[in-house]
Amino acid sequence: MKTITRVSITEAIYEEIGLSRKDSGDVLDLIIEEIKSELAGGNDVKISSFGTFALRKKNARIGRNPKTGVEAQITPRTVISFKPSQILRKAVNGTK
Amino acid sequence: MTRSELVERIAAKMPNLKLKDIDHIVDVVFDKLTMALAAGDRVEIRGFGAFSVRTRNPRIAINPKNKKQVEVPSKHIVHFKTGKELHMRLNA
Repeated sequence: MKTITRVSITEAIYEEIGLSRKDSGDVLDLIIEEIKSELAGGNDVKISSFGTFALRKKNARIGRNPKTGVEAQITPRTVISFKPSQILRKAVNGTK
Repeated sequence: MTRSELVERIAAKMPNLKLKDIDHIVDVVFDKLTMALAAGDRVEIRGFGAFSVRTRNPRIAINPKNKKQVEVPSKHIVHFKTGKELHMRLNA
């Protein structure tokens, strides 16, 4: 298993679209930033054929440090729940 | 925001590119992610998050309607872990 980063995605844009490497990287950054600011603004992001990034509010609760056993308050927070699309779910299970 | 709204917003910021080019770029981006995950690779986008594939063990489940046992085979699921920077922006 290897890890892919934005460099390989930039490279895919460069090869498929024929933009310069610089422009490919810039447009990728724009896409990522647009998704981030939409989520930061409190809205879900739905990418058909890939998946949905949905925001969930978590209440405060008491947690425990698993190492020390010390109880600590976990502050209320917003988390992202990613729900992969049917297409993505099939793709990772090798059935297209 | 949907995929098509994303395309429109990017197009507004990149007037030198046509809407259909942006549409194609967005396709390439998510195709690349899908192909990497299908190959079992992890995808890490700094400041945004990381996608990884996790394996669920096979298990015996019970159909709640007729109480019959069914074997559920092992499967792969996509997991997303929010990046630090995005987590901080969500909770600012």
